[in-house]
Amino acid sequence: MKLRHYVIRRLFLLIPVLIGVSMLTFTLSHVIGDPIAAYITSQDLRLSDLQMQKIVTAHHLNDPLYSQYYYYVMDLLRGDWGISRTDSDRPVLVSIQNYFPATAELALVSMFFALIVGIPIGIISAVRKDKPADHATRVFSLVGVSTPVFWLALILQYVFYYQFKVHNLPNLPASGRVNQFLWLDHPLHVITGIYSIDSLITGNFSIFFDVLVHLILPAFALSYVFMAVFVRMMRSSMLEVMRQDYITLARSKGLSERVVIYRHALRNAMIPTVTVAGLAFGGLLAGAVLTETVFSWPGVGRWSTSAIVRDDIASIMGFMLIIAIVYMLANLIVDLLYAWIDPRIRLG
Amino acid sequence: MTQMGQVKTSVERKSKSWFDEHAPQIRELKFTLYLLRQSPIVVAGFILVALFIGMAIFAPWIAPHGPEERFWNLPQQPPSWRFPFGTDTTGGDIYSRIIWGSRLDLTIALTVVASAILIGSVLGAISGFMGRAFDEALMRVTDVFLAFPALILAMAVAAALGRNLTNLTIALMVVWWPTYARLVRGQVLAEKERLYVDAARAVGASPARIIFRHVLPNSIFPVIVQATLDLGGVILTAAGLSFIGFGAGAGVAEWGLMIADGRSYLFQSPWIACFPGLAILLSSLGLNLIGDGLRDVLDPRLRR
Amino acid sequence: MPEPILQIRNLKTYFYTYAGVVRALEGIDLDIYQGETLGLVGETGCGKSVTSLSIMRLVADPPGRIVDGQIIYKGEDLLKKSEAQMQQIRGNKITMVFQDPMTFLNPVITIGDQVSEVIAIHENLARDVVRSKIDECEETIKQLDSNSPDRERLMNRVKELEALKDNPPKYSRREMKKATLRRTIEVLKLVQMPSPEKVVKQYPHELSGGMRQRAIIAMALSCSPDLLIADEPTTSLDVTIQAQILALLSELKKKIGSSILIITHDMGIVAEICDRVSVMYAGNIIETAETKALFKNPLHPYTQGLLKAIPKLHRDVEELEIIPGSVPNLIYPPSGCRFHPRCPFRMDICDKENPPFIERERGHSVACYLYQEKK
Repeated sequence: MKLRHYVIRRLFLLIPVLIGVSMLTFTLSHVIGDPIAAYITSQDLRLSDLQMQKIVTAHHLNDPLYSQYYYYVMDLLRGDWGISRTDSDRPVLVSIQNYFPATAELALVSMFFALIVGIPIGIISAVRKDKPADHATRVFSLVGVSTPVFWLALILQYVFYYQFKVHNLPNLPASGRVNQFLWLDHPLHVITGIYSIDSLITGNFSIFFDVLVHLILPAFALSYVFMAVFVRMMRSSMLEVMRQDYITLARSKGLSERVVIYRHALRNAMIPTVTVAGLAFGGLLAGAVLTETVFSWPGVGRWSTSAIVRDDIASIMGFMLIIAIVYMLANLIVDLLYAWIDPRIRLG
Repeated sequence: MTQMGQVKTSVERKSKSWFDEHAPQIRELKFTLYLLRQSPIVVAGFILVALFIGMAIFAPWIAPHGPEERFWNLPQQPPSWRFPFGTDTTGGDIYSRIIWGSRLDLTIALTVVASAILIGSVLGAISGFMGRAFDEALMRVTDVFLAFPALILAMAVAAALGRNLTNLTIALMVVWWPTYARLVRGQVLAEKERLYVDAARAVGASPARIIFRHVLPNSIFPVIVQATLDLGGVILTAAGLSFIGFGAGAGVAEWGLMIADGRSYLFQSPWIACFPGLAILLSSLGLNLIGDGLRDVLDPRLRR
Repeated sequence: MPEPILQIRNLKTYFYTYAGVVRALEGIDLDIYQGETLGLVGETGCGKSVTSLSIMRLVADPPGRIVDGQIIYKGEDLLKKSEAQMQQIRGNKITMVFQDPMTFLNPVITIGDQVSEVIAIHENLARDVVRSKIDECEETIKQLDSNSPDRERLMNRVKELEALKDNPPKYSRREMKKATLRRTIEVLKLVQMPSPEKVVKQYPHELSGGMRQRAIIAMALSCSPDLLIADEPTTSLDVTIQAQILALLSELKKKIGSSILIITHDMGIVAEICDRVSVMYAGNIIETAETKALFKNPLHPYTQGLLKAIPKLHRDVEELEIIPGSVPNLIYPPSGCRFHPRCPFRMDICDKENPPFIERERGHSVACYLYQEKK
């Protein structure tokens, strides 16, 4: 079956990229940076020469580069990604495990929000080309793409948290994923780490709503840019498709304009849009770093920025690796979606 | 019966100037500029960008205060006639610092994009032209770089190199060149199929000559569009990185850093964080407007 | 003389572009009679396709617009109808077949679905469901013994169903879908599509060019239209397939009783299947006649040039005849008769005013000052 071949091929193509990525992180941490820094814990304030020697021999840091690289990759595959000074000396992989679900939740919610709002706006903008609705969306789009996400996050905090509070309006929370006091009363049984899902599964509705409320501001900030990119892509893609001959034929069959747009045009327009969405997902991840910092969201993004301030190379490289893996997976999913939507790829 | 007349084949070796040879492209350029003038989006973008460039160039003359000037007795003042955007935590005039900051951010953006274009285009052109092993290798390399979102890769590189402005710029260059390599390579591959390359080859032109005199000029337009959009993107990324803690050391007038400073006192003195952000937004917006308008204008199907 | 099912009077369609106003159709008159095949010939850019799109009111607005004229169908002016009313006519009573089946089929929807959707919106398939139920019952009855008790029951059932025929109840979606599928396969068989059951589930890119065109024809004929407009239906097909498709069209036309307006630049096709033919030049219809009459006695100089330009195998010639000059710019068309700059019989009056379209002999009209004297 062609689809299976396609998937396997795509997976195979990932391998050289993964190797390349590991080479990159290796170069950055061991060649450019100070390799020893990756193995120093927060307790080791000053290392004696003997201690340093120990580290050097234990991690083969005096060996030729290719040898170092070999041990580096072995370590990675074994699960030893170093120690995270930033996270109380926990192993980097454990830190990632702890923090990743929060980022995943934020990213996924933002993405869904962007899609649900972005797709219809893009369609409307294309169908009403050059009318006020279209111009408005173009402006919205361009402003969205130009807005610094961390600044937007701060503005949102200021308005919806501080100003609302000051004026005695119900305000949105500005930090954290959940109200700690509420947690004490209704502790959540964590399964996946994604609180909204876990609370739904366990029927813990007070936590569920609290989590949603905490998600509103950060998800909005994060999705704004993504939405802007998406709307543009959807619009141009729809315009392209509406110009096609098969649309004329569809109309000549007496189909209503609505059917023409939603049954004939949309599916074709989604194809390039889905691809772009995958690439823009990278921007979402990058934005997450900034958004998490502003909203004190306990995800890998905030972890990485704390690591930077402490020059915690191990954490930063671990962060890099996991982001690269996630991004690659996202693009893989996009490619699969692409193949699923377009029968020409699926059936060859 | 046909007459075999004198077959006139005097190949005129009149040396054409570069302008004559590329007359059709120059006509295209003129038409493009004409269309650009028509688009209100592009005009608005140009105005914004001109504003910021003017700000950057004439900073010493238009900024009421120097970037280092501090009014230690007047910290966190709200906007007033004396300080149009207020003062920050150390008493610096935000208005002036934004103007001075434009020098920094615009310089970084220009440096990064110019270098990225240079490195990327050359590598991409060679790769597309030569093909085979070099091409494959370069593509794998760009794959690795493009496997990361821009900000995150820049973060890692800057972290490895050390946190200062120069390294920030280098990190950004490292992040941005692959896009141009791919772009130019794609153009070169498309142009390679065109007949004039075979013709040039037949006449004996060297590959380098073909690349530089013929292929690159034809690939310019998409590169220009991408560059304009990237300038905006670099400004955003650089500001983001400064916000996190890279780049400028404390006290330097840099937009991202100013926002970071303003964060601690966001609720009491929101203007500290607000105005630098607006500066980033507007400068980036201006560039995106131009890039967007340019892209629409250059779309072959929308022309004529 | 049968009544024309479609009458076009003074149709003007302009395109408003940056470069200027393209006067694509400058007041054309056309009649299509019931059951005939009318050919519309002309060079590329003369306005043939615009004519078909104008009839269907599918002209892209902007930049195009029908500025004047009438298109009378069944006593009503199509140009005055609302979009909703047009949607009931399109695909149903007036349908179209297009030139390039590859680009005119939606690549992500199955052939079956693309054909079914026409049927589903225009036909009341509930009747089909009733009919097929009746058929089922009658089948079963045939197989029973003459004195089986079930016989009586089934015959009553058939009587009930017969009563429902004119006012069928609302059947379930499943039943309707089944009926639609049955109809779809029927229509595909009608256009001689090989293995229609298989094709129904396939996508356009899996079919050959001839099969795709058959699919489009199937869509166009599925609701038994009064008029089928075929815009260069065979231009992008192989010559052998071309012959098959033309034969198919003629056959089906007779079976269903539709008229066909076939747009083409190929005089060979005209000679083959057209009863009458209209010749277009630069947005005007300059001659209309029965096919035989046109070939035997072309009146308009352009028509004469066209016919002369066709290479003839039975004669030995050294040079092909051409019509000197080129097709005019429709933004700035020549004054008066648009053909006059290229006409070997040009007279003084020709550049003053567009010659009126006058019936010269029975069924043979021409727009040329050479023939303006009344009989």
